[in-house]
Amino acid sequence: MQELASLFVKSIFIENMIFAYFLGMCSYLAVSKTVKTAVGLGVAVVFVQAITIPVNYLLDNYLLKPGALSWLGEEYASYDLSFLSFIMFIAVIASMVQLVEMIVEKFAPALYGALGIFLPLIAVNCAILGGSLFMQQKDFGTLTEAVTYGVGSGVGWFLAILAIAAIREKIAYSHVPAPLRGLGITFLITGLMAIAFMSFMGIKI
Amino acid sequence: MSEEKEALFSKKNRSLLSDPLNDNNPITVQVLGVCSALAITVQLKPAIVMAISVTVVTAFSNVIISMLRNLIPNRIRIIVQLVVVAALVILVDQVLKAYSYDVSKQLSVFVGLIITNCIVMGRLEAFALANKPWRSFLDGVGNGAGYGLLLVVVAFFRELLGSGKLFGFEVLGHKGVTLAESTGLYAMGYENNGLMLLSPMALIVVGIIIWLQRSKNRKLIEKH
Repeated sequence: MQELASLFVKSIFIENMIFAYFLGMCSYLAVSKTVKTAVGLGVAVVFVQAITIPVNYLLDNYLLKPGALSWLGEEYASYDLSFLSFIMFIAVIASMVQLVEMIVEKFAPALYGALGIFLPLIAVNCAILGGSLFMQQKDFGTLTEAVTYGVGSGVGWFLAILAIAAIREKIAYSHVPAPLRGLGITFLITGLMAIAFMSFMGIKI
Repeated sequence: MSEEKEALFSKKNRSLLSDPLNDNNPITVQVLGVCSALAITVQLKPAIVMAISVTVVTAFSNVIISMLRNLIPNRIRIIVQLVVVAALVILVDQVLKAYSYDVSKQLSVFVGLIITNCIVMGRLEAFALANKPWRSFLDGVGNGAGYGLLLVVVAFFRELLGSGKLFGFEVLGHKGVTLAESTGLYAMGYENNGLMLLSPMALIVVGIIIWLQRSKNRKLIEKH
């Protein structure tokens, strides 16, 4: 239990998707003009991350890894399909996003109204594919760990986009030098925030 | 059908190659493909390998999608695009693993992330779906080169200021344990700026590049 808690905190703060790895920067920069839309996209990312990472974990362990096919019988144990992981992961992500979109539309129309336009965007958010690839690299022992990592990395991304959106709403009232306006100042602020987040690095949990 | 008679490198086609280098740079103006641009710019060598990989993938996925553009049903085009791109990225990944294993280890997940690199998808959506293969090819090469240019500039400053090297060669002199053992700039007491090696500095360097570019090229300045 303690290990799970530490993995969760680690994936939110220390290995933050945005500030440590810069994953999902494109939508982070494009959709952070107001807090409201940022929250919508953030929630959608947590949602998809929590579903795709465990699914990709199962896929990796029972289909792709060297020796993963041994449940089919002895003669399949020597197969190594890991070169297929990119195409499998991206297919899972694209179809999961589609599926999640349909389920949400059917059972939670209010949530769909809020998330609607953001869900398709997520299929090409690097944070999602990045999460699955990091999951593969970390080689988790159990499914629970993969779920925890999925939720944690999603929450980390959510926090980052929420913070920058709040700052950008306020910065609209200040006199930023004209060439820095918009994109430039956002990069500089994100850099400073990333430096602040580096202070979490030494923490041992 | 005047377009078919157009020369291979007519003025219009040349601007497809040169625009993305400055006025329409994928990173600083279109804001596409920022993720990988920041993470792999600590040294020049992986940055150049990444730039070449992205250029290859963008150019050829543009060509393939452009050839298929009249066959793909609109509703499933994202999945078709992802599959084409993923197949090309797998090729690039396998080639890198075979011919430069150490760089491929350094790039780690970022080779795979070319699939979701917004430059590739963005150019497919914005250009290849509406243009002929040759023009799409040029557009892909141009955008890949614009991306590569920024990557190389950022990596140049980070490697030079952060570790005093370029391509792994010690251009500023050798740093010994004591001042007497050092040569070049280090003998005068110069120190490397370790901060440049950390990831946040990539963001700040790109921010400064955007600042410089927009103060030279004022039509790019954003209104509130």
